[in-house]
Amino acid sequence: MSDLSKLTIATARDSLRKGDVSSVELTNAYLDAIAGSSKLNAFVHHTPDVAKVQAEAADQRIKAGDAPDMCGIPLGIKDLFCTKGVASQAASGILEGFRPEYESTVTTQLFDAGAVMLGKLNMDEFAMGSSNETSVYGDVVNPWKVDDRNLTPGGSSGGSAAAVAADLCLGATGTDTGGSIRQPAAFTGITGIKPTYGRVSRWGVVAFASSLDQAGPMTKDVRDAAIMLEAMCGHDPKDSTSMDMAVPNFEAALTGDIRGKVIGIPKEYHMDGMPAEIEKLWADGTAMLKDAGADIRDISLPHTKYALPAYYVIAPAEASSNLARYDGVRFGHRAKLAAGDGITEMYEKTRAEGFGAEVQRRVMVGTYVLSAGFYDAYYNRARKVRALIKRDFDQVFAAGVDAILTPATPSAAFGLGEMADADPIQMYLNDVFTVTVNLAGLPGIAVPAGVDAKGLPLGLQVIGRPWEEGDLLNVAYALERAAGFVAKPQKWW
Amino acid sequence: MSIDTETARRVAKLARIKVEDDALPALAQEFSAILGFIEQLNEVDVEGIEPMTSVTPQRLKRRADVVNDGGQQAAVLKNAPDAREGFFAVPKVVE
Repeated sequence: MSDLSKLTIATARDSLRKGDVSSVELTNAYLDAIAGSSKLNAFVHHTPDVAKVQAEAADQRIKAGDAPDMCGIPLGIKDLFCTKGVASQAASGILEGFRPEYESTVTTQLFDAGAVMLGKLNMDEFAMGSSNETSVYGDVVNPWKVDDRNLTPGGSSGGSAAAVAADLCLGATGTDTGGSIRQPAAFTGITGIKPTYGRVSRWGVVAFASSLDQAGPMTKDVRDAAIMLEAMCGHDPKDSTSMDMAVPNFEAALTGDIRGKVIGIPKEYHMDGMPAEIEKLWADGTAMLKDAGADIRDISLPHTKYALPAYYVIAPAEASSNLARYDGVRFGHRAKLAAGDGITEMYEKTRAEGFGAEVQRRVMVGTYVLSAGFYDAYYNRARKVRALIKRDFDQVFAAGVDAILTPATPSAAFGLGEMADADPIQMYLNDVFTVTVNLAGLPGIAVPAGVDAKGLPLGLQVIGRPWEEGDLLNVAYALERAAGFVAKPQKWW
Repeated sequence: MSIDTETARRVAKLARIKVEDDALPALAQEFSAILGFIEQLNEVDVEGIEPMTSVTPQRLKRRADVVNDGGQQAAVLKNAPDAREGFFAVPKVVE
């Protein structure tokens, strides 16, 4: 078996088609790698039997000459996606034992394209978290390690990020509500794209905040992101917010030619107290795009500062509504009841036992901001501010900006447990550069662009115009080529 | 805005999450910190701005008003913690 660390989806696809390797061989190699990765705690439900059946079928299709790009490619699937007959828990105790009777649209499309599921990936509970420390399965450990500390892979798609970075799969599905694909991608030195809101169906993905949630691929490079994203996209009548629009060939957009493209640099993203390393990374990235022929322009997005507070009204409000369904009646956990307990006690005990602390906190904050007397002051005001944040972007794009370059995160990966005593808002600040993109419904991609003084990966974010993921991926591709990031974590697990 | 213990108790009740009495003060303090952070929104001039309802300007698609699914009682009940005789079973609701 060839070295898994050198394989990408694109090279594996080409080798499979040439007959140099079979999907069964590839799948077995990844299953072995996963079996030796328990210290990372990335894969939480293993599905080798599913994988072997899918790999054999993929090999048949490849032999028959009927092989889409993703055919035979071994993937990890975030636990947020419902997979038929396979545990799908959103990393929550309240969905203990839940095995969906249906398949999410995204996984249906990937499997129809011949992709292979190796297992389900760890994450923050209900995708609420930025460090993968709120999971019922325990923390995911970042494969990057520079001292004796275990580092966070970021969150909420922390298992997906760690699995791709550690070569446990060729790609993984992620979801992004405030930065949950891009921040972990940056923390682990991989690529992750959140597409335009409505590009990918949300059907069968456990809902957190429905107006913000989007699924996307997490991969080793930009080309793989283009290939996998294309297989995930498309109109779905089962999601009324999914856009009925043709899906372009994203890989074909990767020319690397960005001459004349206007790249905006938003002044409001220079945050107080931002580490010098992040400033330098951003300046270096700007210079790379300029050298590639882009036209660099200073821009202003004046409502940036209000994005996080608006998000922490809107996301909990939607979560409190979405998570009302976990009541111990239809699926998942039900608390043991005492004599005389009625249905209200059943709800209250079930939800207290089944939800972790961060989920409880957000459900209650959401309940508060939607409650009588506060709905206008909090929820409606936040939705107005959200309209202004989107308007900031609309105006910049109308003025001719093609894409926007920002840092992906305010720091490199931090140690697991280091934020345990901080107040919740400190953790929320991880999403300061990414959350605006969800509020405005735009596509955004994190690309690894360098390492910090300790050798940990750092990422840059490119934000694109709505529905122009192809152009966005091409700018990211130019950045990736210029940055030449090749560092990999040393295997210690 | 500062949240008192009574408000925290009321919110927990509304959210149907059991919170023990001794955990309420800490919860109230967390709510106060988060709401304090959210209060920044009051600095923004939102005069004349419509609250956003859809981030993409699109009209929701309509479909024919016909039955397109059904007959899945067993699948629907499969994951229930307690299902009996084709129904979800819950503690007695009506005395």
